[in-house]
Amino acid sequence: MTHSTVQPTPASATPVGGHLLELRDLHVEFRTNEGVARVINGVSYHLDAGETLAVLGESGSGKSVTAQAIMGILDTPPAVIRSGQILYQGQDLLTRSEEQRRQVRGKEIAMIFQDALSALNPVFPVGWQIGETLRQRAGMSRGDARRRAIELMDLVKIPGAAKRIGDYPHQFSGGMRQRIGIAMALALDPKVLIADEPTTALDVTVQAQIMDLLADLRRDLNMAMILITHDLGVVAGVADRIAVMYAGRIVEHADVRSLYKAPAHPYTKGLLESIPRMDVRGQELSTIKGLPPNLMRIPSGCPFHPRCPYVQQVCVDVVPHDLVLGDGRTSECHFAQEVRDDSAR
Amino acid sequence: MFRYILRRLLQMVLAFFGTTLIVYALMFAGQGDPIQALAGERPVTEAQRAYLTEKYHLDATGVGGFFYRYFDYVRSLLQGDLGQSLTGRQIGDILQAAWPVTVKLALIALAVAIIFGVTAGVVAGIRRASIFDNSTLVLTLLVLGIPTIVLAPLAQYFLGVKWQLFPPTAGSEPTFYALLLPGIVLGSLSLATALRLTRTSVAENLRADYVRTARSKGLVKRRIVTVHVLRNSLIPVVTFLGVELGNLMSGAIITEGVFNIPGVGFNLFRGIRTEDGPLVVGIVSVLVVVYLVSNLVVDVLYAVLDPRIRYE
Repeated sequence: MTHSTVQPTPASATPVGGHLLELRDLHVEFRTNEGVARVINGVSYHLDAGETLAVLGESGSGKSVTAQAIMGILDTPPAVIRSGQILYQGQDLLTRSEEQRRQVRGKEIAMIFQDALSALNPVFPVGWQIGETLRQRAGMSRGDARRRAIELMDLVKIPGAAKRIGDYPHQFSGGMRQRIGIAMALALDPKVLIADEPTTALDVTVQAQIMDLLADLRRDLNMAMILITHDLGVVAGVADRIAVMYAGRIVEHADVRSLYKAPAHPYTKGLLESIPRMDVRGQELSTIKGLPPNLMRIPSGCPFHPRCPYVQQVCVDVVPHDLVLGDGRTSECHFAQEVRDDSAR
Repeated sequence: MFRYILRRLLQMVLAFFGTTLIVYALMFAGQGDPIQALAGERPVTEAQRAYLTEKYHLDATGVGGFFYRYFDYVRSLLQGDLGQSLTGRQIGDILQAAWPVTVKLALIALAVAIIFGVTAGVVAGIRRASIFDNSTLVLTLLVLGIPTIVLAPLAQYFLGVKWQLFPPTAGSEPTFYALLLPGIVLGSLSLATALRLTRTSVAENLRADYVRTARSKGLVKRRIVTVHVLRNSLIPVVTFLGVELGNLMSGAIITEGVFNIPGVGFNLFRGIRTEDGPLVVGIVSVLVVVYLVSNLVVDVLYAVLDPRIRYE
């Protein structure tokens, strides 16, 4: 077989004391009246202190569900975590009680959401909402919480924070609302920040400002960050590593530089080729043909095979496993080596 | 906000004249001989007829005569004089005696709707598709399906007459206890609607994105529900209850009739039955004002509850 040069090996080296956050073979499904949707099918990734992992994928690939599983805010039912482990500082969160998990939320792992308008409560002032975390979780007095809320609003660069603390979410622009969401997530100095498509609902110029802010804050506060996005452009400047998701699986996992240089999975390759290039005139936009799979009927073998230009019989029959391509990269493709060699050309 | 209230008040003036005019026209258009209606079965002498024609300006005929009488009526109305009922009593006195009873009844009904309807609605909304949710659904549909004209006599017969848990009728100067059963009957409809509304609103808000944010902040579930979800869910419920209080005050004709409660609805019903034109028009004019004011209060309250609402 053509992929004989690639041999399955265990994941890359673990730092002393283990990873800060590690997912092991997570399976999540949604049980609805129409049937069972297999949303997460064996996701494993890890995050070390101080680094940024980008999770990339199109809508329905399971990237947000994975994040919500880490936070423990999945609606169960309909969601069911079938198997797997979510290790935070070596402890499996999935075996903890709800009360123990609540203590982790916000304090250890915090999250910011895509649509800041609906993510904020419309009937409470923003300062009250930021301060609520401090009063409820850190036992601060009203006055202290208020002062700290102003500090946090200053930290995320909201002009005139002290004056705007009594304003309601609808009185802010999209970018400012997202900053409030970030301030709220930072209230308890979390070690991990999960940003779930933080810029998708924003204008392009504002997107860049928010991404810069997140990168600065991550560095200044020495957090680790999981950046969930479907936008390859957002990832490049911020992330250290990228995990590409498709149909509830991590199909490719690599550091940013080598992934951009030579993707080793046909799906990643397709994504990169579909970015319009400013330096080539009159080119036809390249697209990935077909549609993402229905999660109630995921194709046999490699879930990407119906859309894949490299498809062979083996792809229909055999589910590819993580193939390690040296320098810590993995790709779930039977022809990973070939794809990478093609891409590198 | 001030400009908005001012504009609404001006609109209310128009609405007030419009409705009183229509009620006035309808009430007196149907009458053949108002003087004979006033006298009832007894014969009317020529002298009496001449006196009454003079007094009520019945000599002016046609549309001109109608408007002449209408404006005459409105003029005294604006001076606070509701005129005399055909029975000879001052309508102002009748209303003064009837209002406290009706207000008490309306408040009992509203309290029933809030205590049972809103509470059960919140529980049903949190426990969607549970046994509690489904049984309240069936019960509320049942209550909404039974008209008051059936429910009130049934309640009176079983709870008042047969099992004697409550006084079957209220009579003049009713006590709180005597008004309790009528209040529950009157409030049952508001209760059912408030329950459905609260349930839907809570269920919807529990799925809102801001609840997910509140959970990610690590708040306890109790706080998420009682502070975040309830504050949002109760906005439509409070507005509904405000409008409902206006409805309840504007006379529960059937309930007051069945339980013999001397309130506004009872008097209105008697006025209609005895073709007492001045009484009907007088009561309806006051009810129109009550309704208009309560609606304005609800609109203002809505803006207070929901910071997103701004009136210009």
